[in-house]
Amino acid sequence: MTEQATGAHHPQPRPRSGGPQSASVEHVTGAQSLIRSLEEVGADTVFGIPGGAILPAYDPLMDSRRVRHVLVRHEQGAGHAAEGYALATGKVGVCMATSGPGATNLVTPIADAHMDSVPMVAITGQVASASIGTDAFQEADIVGITMPITKHNFLVTDPADIPRVIAEAFHIASTGRPGPVLVDIAKDALQAQTTFSWPPVMDLPGYRPVTKPHAKQIREAAKLITSAKRPVLYVGGGVLKAGATAELKVLAELTGAPVTTTLMALGAFPDSHPLHVGMPGMHGSVTAVTALQKADLIVALGARFDDRVTGKLDSFAPHAKVVHADIDPAEIGKNRAADVPIVGDAREVIADLVQAVQKEHGEGSRGDYTAWWNDLNRWRETYPLGYDQPHDGSLSPQQVIERIGQLAPEDTIFTAGVGQHQMWAAHFIQYDKPATWLNSGGAGTMGYSLPAAMGAKAGQPDRTVWAIDGDGCFQMTNQELTTCALNNIPIKVAIINNGALGMVRQWQTLFYNQRYSNTVLHSGPGATEPNRGTRVPDFVKLAEAMGCYALRCESPDELDKVIEEANAINDRPVVIDFIVHEDAMVWPMVPAGTSNDSILAARDVRPDFGDGQDD
Amino acid sequence: MSKHTLSVLVENTPGILARIAALFSRRGFNIDSLAVGVTEHPEISRITIVVNVIEQLPLEQVTKQLNKLVNVLKIVELEPGAAVQRELVLVKVRADNETRSQIVEIVQLFRAKTVDVSPEAVTIEATGSADKLEAMLKMLEPFGVKELVQSGTIAIGRGARSITDRSLRALDRSA
Repeated sequence: MTEQATGAHHPQPRPRSGGPQSASVEHVTGAQSLIRSLEEVGADTVFGIPGGAILPAYDPLMDSRRVRHVLVRHEQGAGHAAEGYALATGKVGVCMATSGPGATNLVTPIADAHMDSVPMVAITGQVASASIGTDAFQEADIVGITMPITKHNFLVTDPADIPRVIAEAFHIASTGRPGPVLVDIAKDALQAQTTFSWPPVMDLPGYRPVTKPHAKQIREAAKLITSAKRPVLYVGGGVLKAGATAELKVLAELTGAPVTTTLMALGAFPDSHPLHVGMPGMHGSVTAVTALQKADLIVALGARFDDRVTGKLDSFAPHAKVVHADIDPAEIGKNRAADVPIVGDAREVIADLVQAVQKEHGEGSRGDYTAWWNDLNRWRETYPLGYDQPHDGSLSPQQVIERIGQLAPEDTIFTAGVGQHQMWAAHFIQYDKPATWLNSGGAGTMGYSLPAAMGAKAGQPDRTVWAIDGDGCFQMTNQELTTCALNNIPIKVAIINNGALGMVRQWQTLFYNQRYSNTVLHSGPGATEPNRGTRVPDFVKLAEAMGCYALRCESPDELDKVIEEANAINDRPVVIDFIVHEDAMVWPMVPAGTSNDSILAARDVRPDFGDGQDD
Repeated sequence: MSKHTLSVLVENTPGILARIAALFSRRGFNIDSLAVGVTEHPEISRITIVVNVIEQLPLEQVTKQLNKLVNVLKIVELEPGAAVQRELVLVKVRADNETRSQIVEIVQLFRAKTVDVSPEAVTIEATGSADKLEAMLKMLEPFGVKELVQSGTIAIGRGARSITDRSLRALDRSA
């Protein structure tokens, strides 16, 4: 029916290799049918917790030699782990929960996966079909609840539907614009006798993602690229999802246009590449933000003009024509009108663009961006990313994150929560390869990093996985350290501990007259002075209690030693409590609700672009 | 404000109406009228939605979002000039020996039907365009409308072409 957008992954049901004939029919329970379907679709890892309604499925799961189940401590952890697994492997992540509260605990990660287009299948137990709608014990209408936050969802009451629905769920999750799919299965359907055969026939007449771009639009785009004076390639997460990083590099080097990668696309184009001008948006580099503002052409590839990128929309990139390529037609023209709309898979779009641009070059039409690069390079030199060391000799959070990045083994995967530490991890770690940076971009889900790291490590056991976390985020999902310790998932966690909800505190510093309402996490009885820490909880003891190796670092002298010690331990999870300076701020910043022209390189420092715009 | 009539072909599955209605409300649209029924193909339902839109752009956004629903097969906007649009009303009007004949006269004028008569009231069935029905109701109002029930608008394009043809072929292929 369609080609998929997730690179090498093949989600389509396929004949079982080396197994019995695909046409053979097995007599099984609905639960066995579910586990057999998961085996056939290639789901090798499932994160979940059993409960009453999903209980029948856990019995055959115990015997499966092809599906590993990781018993998490909270369903939210299962959901984020499935996301981390999916992003690190390119396969569909799977999580499982029981009905009612088990299912509702999955709502946050499902919403997160929906915002960030993560291929994920969530399987939930439902009360017996005769009880649906009666407010039965542990009943929740999870199909109704997740309708606006899933790509699609299913309620299964007939056990005969299970193989088809599982095949369709994996197909929908991984093709087109990827996303989460929920499959809710009534308990009696799991218990009933049924038959199983594979592959099932999928029945999705209304699902036809367009992957092949329109040739005329590609030609138009190539013409604009070669005739532009100040183009920018604005690269979003879709390029990573499509596995189009090699094609992107060819296109960038062919055109010589500057590249900016969004928070969701870090690693899609090497940070170290001379054509890379940084991340755009609210906390983007001055060069990237300004490049978009001054551009005469924006080529958006798998990006969606999110408000964090555009700032105040009507003043965003006022001089730019827009080429907008996305696999989701609803993204094109949603926020910013497109002069050349292109619907298609990013890999095919970019590959076709390369050919079309080559043709333009062959005909003597080639963009001259010399003057543009003079501007860009001047901004790059004048306003590089940077930070100040605290005067009191305490640890600077930026330096901690920078050193973790520099000392990490090759191919390390980094995950981050949401807030200041996330932005610093985006700024000060160098990402040169795809799928090395996982974070919660669209939803901004605090607590994402630790369970996502668990999922990434489960999917890529031979790679180092560092969770860069804040002390606020860490206190939302740290229970999964126990899961990691007991299931041989040795992740590394850096708690960037400033004792506060740092990003909110930064806003209070800048916009609320330094009134720190409810952002100091560790103050309380026993605090030596207002807003000073109590060390409650003691993260080292907490991590040790959960079976981890734990360290604390409070001074820059110890920094490298502690990181190296953590890197050397690979038989259990490691947690480092980095006590960092609480007043560090994320710069640059575009104040919320203002134009990107108002970017501040640092506090009270507005870049001078020599254009007389001083306001 | 402009009125738009969307014909949406969907798979005849449970929950599809909820998905569509939720999508409209999430994007801040009020549905003016809604009518659902099966088509000549029992596996396909047709939903006719009338919406009032302030700007063109958001409607396009809703149409695109609707197209993303897995159970939605096809969406066609029916232009008033190129489509036949009909509504059905059942209206119970106060009537006595004195007014009954006047009411029946209005019924005939609008080619409506009297479907029930009692000593104090007559019940009238009428079909037509929204304009025609509005005009009739205006005429009946002075007699006293006791109860009024209206269907959603249904609409079909003029001419020989059918919007279901291609969707049916897609359905056949997938079967």
